[in-house]
Amino acid sequence: MLRDITIGQYFPGTSVVHRTDPRLKLVLVIAMIVTLFLASGPVSYALLALYILSVIKISGIQPKMVVRGLKPVVFIVAFTALLNLFYTPGTELWSFGILHITDQGIRVAILMVVRILLLIIGTSMLTYTTSPIELTDGLEMLLSPFKKVHLPVHELAMMMSIALRFIPTLIEETEKIIAAQKARGADFESGNLVQRARAMVPILVPLFISAFRRADELAIAMECRLYRGDVGRTRMKQMKFGAVDALTGTVSVIVFAAVIVLGRFGW
Amino acid sequence: MSEIIKTEALRYVYQTAEGGQKVALDGVDLSIARGEFVAVLGHNGSGKSTLASHFNGIRLPTGGAVYVDSMDTRDPNRLYDIRKTCAMVFQNPDNQIVATVVEEDVAFALENLGIPPDEIRRRVDDALKAVGMYEFRRHAPHKLSGGQKQRVAIAGVIAMMPRCVIFDEPTAMLDPSGRKEVMRVIRDLNSRLGITVVLITHHMDEAVQAGRVIVMHAGKVLMQGTPREIFTQVDALREASLTVPQTIEVLFDLNNQIGSDLPIDALTVDECADILEGYLRPTAAN
Repeated sequence: MLRDITIGQYFPGTSVVHRTDPRLKLVLVIAMIVTLFLASGPVSYALLALYILSVIKISGIQPKMVVRGLKPVVFIVAFTALLNLFYTPGTELWSFGILHITDQGIRVAILMVVRILLLIIGTSMLTYTTSPIELTDGLEMLLSPFKKVHLPVHELAMMMSIALRFIPTLIEETEKIIAAQKARGADFESGNLVQRARAMVPILVPLFISAFRRADELAIAMECRLYRGDVGRTRMKQMKFGAVDALTGTVSVIVFAAVIVLGRFGW
Repeated sequence: MSEIIKTEALRYVYQTAEGGQKVALDGVDLSIARGEFVAVLGHNGSGKSTLASHFNGIRLPTGGAVYVDSMDTRDPNRLYDIRKTCAMVFQNPDNQIVATVVEEDVAFALENLGIPPDEIRRRVDDALKAVGMYEFRRHAPHKLSGGQKQRVAIAGVIAMMPRCVIFDEPTAMLDPSGRKEVMRVIRDLNSRLGITVVLITHHMDEAVQAGRVIVMHAGKVLMQGTPREIFTQVDALREASLTVPQTIEVLFDLNNQIGSDLPIDALTVDECADILEGYLRPTAAN
């Protein structure tokens, strides 16, 4: 079950999407999120969906993986859809007690679901196709102007990168702990919500202890490999904003602009 | 000056959780020469890992001194150079890999050193080739086997081009095939690249491969010498709660039980087999 969590995971590859400058990808994702909230009708959403689907296609990431990444948010999506379905005013089509379904409700619910799904797929494509180090390097460079006001940009980027690095390790460890506690007769499946939450304690305590021990060992290992923060660091992979990046950027900006214009007209 | 690591009356005392004091190292005098392959043996709590952590300034002496390439580890200004000279590989490969792509992890130390990108690229490729992990350079470390992860960790330190590498029980968490892979790489570092190797271990069959064995017991150096000199002292090793290599144990016990007078210094299975064959078929030997 834990293996379904693909958020924050990276699938190595050599596609154009993988090779695009991480700084550009970061900016484009932010632009995409803004665009997503300015889109308003089926045409604008369809155009944006087409854009994101082509990104998936070009990246060579298996659609199966993308779908799997959506599993953890199914509940939120369904909940939002129901709320919008029943609480949007408009011409009433069906009603039962306090529940009313309107034509506007159906329209908004569908568009809302599409919006959330595109938001999640679009942002996860960033982490799927960008290695955490590239991602944090990109973030660090984009935010580097803030170093002047003593924002610890490098430290934040390093923390984020290590957090991402340890996600699979800790997932593996959690599975081991669950198996070990089950072997000792722990019961995670029955009982009410409170009982089940309490059953999580024997998982969380060893997981936390182990995470602290790992953090300590990693810190020593990093010091032994001469890490001393942001002092005189270089990078193996230099970020170059090349012709492909310029093209990717232009195409994306045109698509986003088109979506926003269409959105203004309510399409 | 030919020695790379030198300890003088090294003493290390730490506070236990109960508030008491425990002496982990009690007057250790050692010197390790350039290009040597030294194994440090000892059972749990003998002080062998504590000793290793003094060799690149992770721990500082309570008394006495440690010199790495003539630099005193207590001098905070030299710590960076000490760690550049004497790198360290730890037991758990998961907890020393920083990056999510093999080659980016190997580049980590070089990036910290501020080396130009082209040079980093070249040294990363060389280091990965040296440990036989070049084909895996774009893989995610968490998908590799334990032995492969440990080889990536080794590549990460040899990319720094240290003159000495300390291995703190590098095979303790590996399966037999992973142990073999890692030991092959360690021997290779010493023989082909001329890097001084200090191997902390409790596996006799690994210590046998070293040029010199140092046996730690209760915070002191119990004995040191070539593997042949050390492992034939079966009684002394057993007193320090250490076993001897099985090849030697067989011959030693045989001598005791049937009163034979076999040489017991068999460090490999082949040597042991030859001795036994000579005993069982005196005419067939040679």
